[in-house]
Amino acid sequence: MAAITPADHGHGHDSALHHQFEDIGQQNDSYIVGMWVFLSTEVMFFGALFFIYTLYRWNYQLDFYIAHEHLDVKLGAINTTVLLFSSFTMVMAVQSAQLKKRMFVIGYLAVTLVCAFIFLTIKYFEYSSKLADHLYPGAGFATDGHAAFGEHAMEAGKLAVNMNHAQLFYSLYFGMTGLHAVHIIAGILVILALIRLWFNKAKSVTLDYVPTEMVGLYWHFVDLVWIFLFPLFYLMPKPH
Amino acid sequence: MSSTVIPSGELQPHVDETNYLNVSHTISSWLLTGDHKRIALLYLVSTSFFFFLGSVAAGLIRYELTSPAGVVLESDTYNKVFSSHGILMVFTFLVVAIPAIFGNFLVPLMIGARDLAFPRLNLASWYMYMTGGTLILAGMVFGGVDTGWTFYTPYSSMYSNGQVTMVIIGIFIAGFSTITTGINFVVTIHKMRAPGMTWFRLPLFIWAMYATSLMMILATPVVAITLLLVVYERTFKLPIFSPELGGDPVLFQHLFWFYSHPAVYIMILPAFAVISELIANFSRKRIFGYHFVAFSSLAIAGLGFLVWGHHMFVSSQSMYESIVFSLISFLVAVPSAIKIFNWMATMYKGNIRLQSPMIYAIAFLMIFTVGGLTGLFLGAAGTDIHLTATYFVVAHFHYVMVGGTMLAFLGALHYWWPKMTGRMFADGIARVNAVIVFIGFNLTFFPQFIVGWLGMPRRYHYYYFAPEFQAYHIMSTLGASVLGLGFILPAFYLTKSLFTGEKASANPWGAHGLEWETSSPPPTSNFLETPIVMDEVYDFDPVSDHAEDLRRIAEEQQRKLNDSNRPSEDHN
Amino acid sequence: MSFFNFPLAPPRASNIAQTYDPVFYALVGLSIFFTIIVCVGAIFFAIRYKAGTKADRSRPMYENLPLELTWTIIPLILGLVMFYFGTALFVKIKTPPKNAEEIYVIGKQWMWHIQHGNGVRENNTLHVPVGKPIKLTMISQDVLHAFYIPAFRVQMGVVPGRYTELWFTATEVGEYHLFCNMYCGTQHSEMGGKVVAMDPKDYAEWLSNGGQSVAPMSMEQAGAKVYARVHCDNCHGAEDTLHAPSLYGIYGKRRVFADGTSLIADDEYIRDSIVRPYDHITAGYGQTMPVYQGQLTEEDLLNLVAYIKVIGTALPNPPTSNVNRHSAPTAVSHTNEASALSTNAIQADTDDPDASPTRRVGAPAVGAVAAEGRNR
Repeated sequence: MAAITPADHGHGHDSALHHQFEDIGQQNDSYIVGMWVFLSTEVMFFGALFFIYTLYRWNYQLDFYIAHEHLDVKLGAINTTVLLFSSFTMVMAVQSAQLKKRMFVIGYLAVTLVCAFIFLTIKYFEYSSKLADHLYPGAGFATDGHAAFGEHAMEAGKLAVNMNHAQLFYSLYFGMTGLHAVHIIAGILVILALIRLWFNKAKSVTLDYVPTEMVGLYWHFVDLVWIFLFPLFYLMPKPH
Repeated sequence: MSSTVIPSGELQPHVDETNYLNVSHTISSWLLTGDHKRIALLYLVSTSFFFFLGSVAAGLIRYELTSPAGVVLESDTYNKVFSSHGILMVFTFLVVAIPAIFGNFLVPLMIGARDLAFPRLNLASWYMYMTGGTLILAGMVFGGVDTGWTFYTPYSSMYSNGQVTMVIIGIFIAGFSTITTGINFVVTIHKMRAPGMTWFRLPLFIWAMYATSLMMILATPVVAITLLLVVYERTFKLPIFSPELGGDPVLFQHLFWFYSHPAVYIMILPAFAVISELIANFSRKRIFGYHFVAFSSLAIAGLGFLVWGHHMFVSSQSMYESIVFSLISFLVAVPSAIKIFNWMATMYKGNIRLQSPMIYAIAFLMIFTVGGLTGLFLGAAGTDIHLTATYFVVAHFHYVMVGGTMLAFLGALHYWWPKMTGRMFADGIARVNAVIVFIGFNLTFFPQFIVGWLGMPRRYHYYYFAPEFQAYHIMSTLGASVLGLGFILPAFYLTKSLFTGEKASANPWGAHGLEWETSSPPPTSNFLETPIVMDEVYDFDPVSDHAEDLRRIAEEQQRKLNDSNRPSEDHN
Repeated sequence: MSFFNFPLAPPRASNIAQTYDPVFYALVGLSIFFTIIVCVGAIFFAIRYKAGTKADRSRPMYENLPLELTWTIIPLILGLVMFYFGTALFVKIKTPPKNAEEIYVIGKQWMWHIQHGNGVRENNTLHVPVGKPIKLTMISQDVLHAFYIPAFRVQMGVVPGRYTELWFTATEVGEYHLFCNMYCGTQHSEMGGKVVAMDPKDYAEWLSNGGQSVAPMSMEQAGAKVYARVHCDNCHGAEDTLHAPSLYGIYGKRRVFADGTSLIADDEYIRDSIVRPYDHITAGYGQTMPVYQGQLTEEDLLNLVAYIKVIGTALPNPPTSNVNRHSAPTAVSHTNEASALSTNAIQADTDDPDASPTRRVGAPAVGAVAAEGRNR
């Protein structure tokens, strides 16, 4: 019935081990499980919005189709490519962390940041063009469907789109891409903090790669949300 | 009594030595602590404060309802008072209290860990709770909300004139406190159990906390985004839930109840967790059907996600939706029934000590049974049509929330008080208090079943159309005064025990569990050495325990006899 | 059903209620049964197995699969049985018969506006016939409401933007509570009224009278009925002035009293001389008129006054009386009213003996309950 009495559990000054954990393996496992559990909460958070979107699109298919045509598929595709690439650079950053190659980590993280900024810049242009055409939800929403959506919105000389439902579409567009953008911004802040830690050779990141991996997991999740948003909003097939 | 843990010869630190309470006294050592036990006490103080405010609101409601035409409040104010009561009680007390106080304190202790997996996240959790709670209070002070705690649209998003946005943001932030606590518990329970602490040696408290945490993690984000959408709608006059623009007000209800039904299980599962511990330890007997009880917690968590539509039978959802939700609601009642019967079977042939925590546990059994059974009236869609949104529903949920969760909270507070504070309280008055609570509770809420069946709607300020309801309201208010007394008294005798109570030993109740193997109060790192678990959980033997009792009683009698035979000596 | 004047059950006044109550009471029985088992069991065990008591604790039970399965399966079966009956009741509640008469309801903050098929409208009161299925089609003009009739055991949400339905067949004549049962703002608890279940004949008549039980009559007609009911004409005849002064043609004329004072016979004088006849005794008469204080409602009095105002005005020769006529001209204190009244045709035929709500010709029919409810 002996108790375990290891010398200091490796809790010395040079250790990245926190006091509540027995060993670095337990700590790493805990951090990774914790991040996955957190990501599951994010799935539920975005999931509710995807549910609302699905419901309304199912009910107002034509209106959503006509409304979506104002979105620029090219810009959306560029953004998708940029984010996918940033996930790649993030994976490379994590691998470099495992290999303890500090400058590579910083480099890859920096490229990831650049991609994030490109994404946000393109989003800025997209949002501006919506605002210019009064396609933002609220009291000021466009009332002239022809002016807003062009010829696509007309059928046999009459407006074929219900502007109220178009407003619903843009509510969801700004709500969901906006929430996603907030997560991108949060990611930028975290990556900046991570770069700073690596730059300062902080033991919390240099001794153990898991903190970097956790940021990577988060970034992949944010990318994944966009992978769903893009086809849903930009790549709508014409309903029959 | 059990086993394990510390190698022989290794004494537990005497209570005069350093423990988590006296290790440092500065304010920053409390406000910047990572120690799960200190954080639990921070939650105890703050949740008690919010509970007090919510109770004041309840008192106002009951006072106002003694007359069909009100007494002192305007309708607008009354509506804000009942909304505050609901919001404070649900979001700042019931969802939080048992997990954040007793979960935080006990999860590491019960599994043999030094702390939770993420202590700094735990502290952040408390700050999120305080921020959210403060915003909610600010909203109430600067105008209040009158939407009810359910915030139904379009009233909340397009019509109400209160501080809806501020209060919702407070709830949103407090919700993140719940989510992070849930993450912490799940990771801790999975990854930080002591050697030998297998899943089926875990106390049932841990099983129930685990199931609760799963619900916290998966359900809370949904209500967070839903309430955020209400703010979004309100601020920018958007259509998501407004019918004029093609939105669907009933969609809000689906999203809201998708969280809020699991939320009520988040409120009751921790109570079940406590009751399992109380009944096992005060019956000195392993819980009957341990596996069934453990899995029933998971079943409740799982099925609890599938029944939300039973809050919406008259919302205009389709008949078929309603029938499916009704069926699953009857299924989810079964695991709770299993628990009640298993707890009773645990008492059978046990060696029962009727100290105050056990009185609370027995009261729980009786009251929760009524609460659970009356849920059947509401789960059956046909009978729900007449009873929904009446005082019958109010009585049902107060039976399970107050008679259930609150009684378990009080039982837990009394049971673990000596462990948390190192002091024992006067059990005599505590037992009387438990009876006062039981009586006051039934006097308050039983008449509400009747008046609800008669047709009295909830959230009603005036009922002058139906003055025949008045007698029941008066009965209920009288009961509430008794109940209030039962809630206030512990504040006094428990606080008093901090100053004048007997110092508690490591295991004053003679209970089983790793938390009782360390000193009262425990040292900061919980155990001097990592325990190794060799025994099963609740390892009591009632037969030898009974023999032990008989021996102790005989000794007691002998001592009294000896004392009375020596009248000339001093009695110390 | 009540217990020493405390009601224990709502009235059972619809077909739905008749199906509902057995299911409800079955659940009550089930609940009482299991509550007793748990309460008695827990207390019994707590006493019998209290520490220190001699009880058989040998072979304690920790697991027992058959027992566990029993108390899993039996509650499950009981639950499913209750589910079945509850669902059957629910399907009945949600399935209106095809021949149901439709009535329309609009809920708004904070009142109910009800419209019958033939155009009759009412606020906060719903008149229905007994014995015929009624279907309410409802919608809200603003926020969520709910239409709740406890005595009928029916309730349904009233939603903006879509129609919802509720149906029942009333089975008992009477008046029942109507409540709004979905929180809707400040005056949520005042958004109620009553459901009036009537005999089908009465309902048909009510409906064809535009929402009145009888064809509405003017105040003068109502007053004539009160006059006849209370037998004013026993003493106050047209010609006979022996027992009491004639009332014919008195309005606006000066009356001289036994003590020498006099007053113009205006509305207030007429009312006063009905409720407190001895304040002013007409010259030449004694104290013989009964006091009508408390025996006539204010509505009766208004109607009487209206009638008295017009009796005799069309007569070519108002009857003489032994009242001293002063030379004072016929100063009328309420000129407008007098001329307005004189243009009203007097409708003397009152064939309906029933008491009825009366109103001035042309006033809208407003439920009394609505007026009560909102003066707060």
